Amino acid sequence: MRPSEHVADVVIIGAGIVGSSAALFLRRRGRSVILLESGLVGQQASGVNFGNVRRQGRPMAQLPIANRASPIWRELKTLLGEDVEYLEAGHLRVCYRDRPEMADSFVDYAREAAQTGLELEVLTGNALRARFPFLGPEVIAGSFSARDGHANPRLVAPAFGRAAARAGAAVFENTMVTSAEKVGEDFHVLAQDGRIFRAPVVLLTAGAWAGDFSAKFGEPVPLVTRGPTMSVTEPVPYAIGPGVGVATPLESETVYFRQITRGNVIIGGSTRQDVFPEIRRAYVEPPNTLSQLRQIQRLAPGLGKLNIIRVWSGIESYLPDSLPVVGPSRHVSGLFYAFGFCGAGFQTGPAMGDIMAELIDTGATETPIDFCGVDRFQAADAA
Amino acid sequence: MAEPRIVVVGAGPAGVRCAETLAAAGLRPVVIDEGRRDGGQIYRRQPDNFRRPYEKLYGTEAARARALHETFDVLREQVDYRPETLVWSMGGKTLHTVREGRHAAVEYDALILCTGAIDRLAPIKGWNSAGAYSLGAAQIALKSQACAIGREVVFLGSGPLLYLVASQYVAAGAKVVAVLDTSPVGRRIAALPKLLAQPGVLWTGLGLTLGLYRAGVPVLTGVTPLEIAQGGAGEVRSVLVRDGTGRERRFDCDAVGMGWHLRPETQLADLARCEFRFDDSSRQWVVKRDEMGRSTSSGVYLAGDGAYVLGARAAEASGRLAALAALGDLGRPVSDAAVAGLKAELARWDRFAAGLRQAFPWPFSLAAQTPDETVVCRCETITAGELRQVVRATGAAEANRAKAFSRVGMGRCQGRYCGQSGAEIIACASGSPVEQVGRLRGQAPVKPLPVHLEEEA
Repeated sequence: MRPSEHVADVVIIGAGIVGSSAALFLRRRGRSVILLESGLVGQQASGVNFGNVRRQGRPMAQLPIANRASPIWRELKTLLGEDVEYLEAGHLRVCYRDRPEMADSFVDYAREAAQTGLELEVLTGNALRARFPFLGPEVIAGSFSARDGHANPRLVAPAFGRAAARAGAAVFENTMVTSAEKVGEDFHVLAQDGRIFRAPVVLLTAGAWAGDFSAKFGEPVPLVTRGPTMSVTEPVPYAIGPGVGVATPLESETVYFRQITRGNVIIGGSTRQDVFPEIRRAYVEPPNTLSQLRQIQRLAPGLGKLNIIRVWSGIESYLPDSLPVVGPSRHVSGLFYAFGFCGAGFQTGPAMGDIMAELIDTGATETPIDFCGVDRFQAADAA
Repeated sequence: MAEPRIVVVGAGPAGVRCAETLAAAGLRPVVIDEGRRDGGQIYRRQPDNFRRPYEKLYGTEAARARALHETFDVLREQVDYRPETLVWSMGGKTLHTVREGRHAAVEYDALILCTGAIDRLAPIKGWNSAGAYSLGAAQIALKSQACAIGREVVFLGSGPLLYLVASQYVAAGAKVVAVLDTSPVGRRIAALPKLLAQPGVLWTGLGLTLGLYRAGVPVLTGVTPLEIAQGGAGEVRSVLVRDGTGRERRFDCDAVGMGWHLRPETQLADLARCEFRFDDSSRQWVVKRDEMGRSTSSGVYLAGDGAYVLGARAAEASGRLAALAALGDLGRPVSDAAVAGLKAELARWDRFAAGLRQAFPWPFSLAAQTPDETVVCRCETITAGELRQVVRATGAAEANRAKAFSRVGMGRCQGRYCGQSGAEIIACASGSPVEQVGRLRGQAPVKPLPVHLEEEA
């Protein structure tokens, strides 16, 4: 082995929340792990998202994954040895008067979700308003999930990365992977500076940058990159427990907020922006902030009295059916995918890491993931 | 061809001279300024109903102030003047402004940023006490509200503004307890050859110092600040320093004005995606520009102290020069002689400012070694010890990374006051050079923005 060559059971490309938690869970299963990150751990979509730890509102097929994440979030402080500001203050999903069909869908959703173990409470009228007096007059119904919450995305993936390193994973930051190919039984993963990383298993968790790799392995996916619109207000006395979001088919109307115990209110949603993955930058377009600020006042008019002190965006990756790409490659043995979480990968992140570790370690997982297969787009094209 | 849309941001000495030059070329620029009146910080105008004479308000700078104000009084009919207006963000050659809660978008072909500078502060233990102000704030109180920041005031820091503000307080009849300069007097002597590039200004400066001695104000040089001591209600009670001889000296007071020269206000240039460079001699990040004031971002120009701190008189010259650069780039005729004259004038100011930086340096080790219990980030109340702990525990040695983990620079001021000190602490704690620590990226809004905005009618 040359000095610039590193060998392990698994090489993980991309240290977001999925890659870094997979590294930790693989170590706990006794596998040696190399975790590669082009920048710093958790700096991209995992670090800039809204911080929703929310199960409700996800497609029913995703709930087993989300439910698997729930106990991990509750135990995260013990698991990671540091606080990531997880606050199980609930999540409230509401709808407006002009979309009464959404209120009906809340009832159906709650009934189905209960069968997976997610308990929801649907509230309307005075009961809703008495409990959440900050809601605007257009809000007619809400679905409350008591055992959801929110956490600080800036802290979570880096804490997973450090925990993985303490558990023995070799974490390489500022390591840009330029190619990955299978040579015989091993993958050779090459960094820009010439270092080579070898392993019989590669897990690709590179988010917006994963599409190029999967295409080179003969499995292209229609991945598009977008940047979320985020804002934070000045701190005000802590008063709003749950994360609150609007259920609507319109992107511009989709807006959500949460208050952290320090007092700041974080606002996300409404329209997204174009991003620049090649330079790893995303810039908030001011009209998107303005649209978001208009929409948030429909949801909670009282927020209109506050000032925002900072806005940000980041680079997220989306797929046409709003589902991620998860599971083994259909072409290349030893290659696994977990990317493209469509702006909704934070809550499921630790469970995805756990599932991928289980899948790599045992060859199977008890949590259904087949609906996220990498080949589903080819199948659609063929049809 | 339609008339090019030129926007000048800032109506201080750079912005006013810039707008004047554009108007003289037959254009009608938009002039956007946060202030209620023109003049910027150094030539800040008093409210309409105040009647103090120029000599009293601006002292040695009275004639300059009057000339600038008179220019703008004529100019305001020739420009689209938008006072009390904040450019809170920008993108794609469009500025986004807010004025009295009302939003407006302003498109431009050329943008000239004359955004000025603010005090450069160092975190002294107790600097977040009630009654501790920046030198700039102490001056605003005097000019704009005709009041002092306290009954018994200590001025602490270094740089010409320290002596200017102290003198203005003496002239206004306030009690100045002491002027405490962190720079030893020997540095001033060593800087003399450069300072002689502007003998008149040097003379004015010496006169200010002499005036303070005559007024019986103790002026100490080469001091090391130890603490701004608080009373039970968190108010300033005294300033404790170690003097040049190593002796501890305590000065009782109820207010402190402090500052170490200035730092450029660069958030808009950052949002315009201009490139920055680390300036060794001032030990801070500045926006890259050519000698005409062109940034690396097409159609974006810089002038005044927002580009590089050279002082108000140089700002007038660089404001004119940036206007000529923009006019030339838009295909308008520009006098080569005028350009050459302004460049020569700026070269003299550049040499003089280098002398000031040598004479009154930013005491970066003071920031780097501030005690663990000193609050570094006042907005988020994060201490130096907490920041150091984050750097040690996480290995975060880059400014934005350390901000993400520690919250230093994450509050209302977005690091405008704590960013440079935070970087020095991170550099020291991680053992990396401060330029490698980098700088906090500018993020909108430039200043806090109301969630509820009215749209432009």
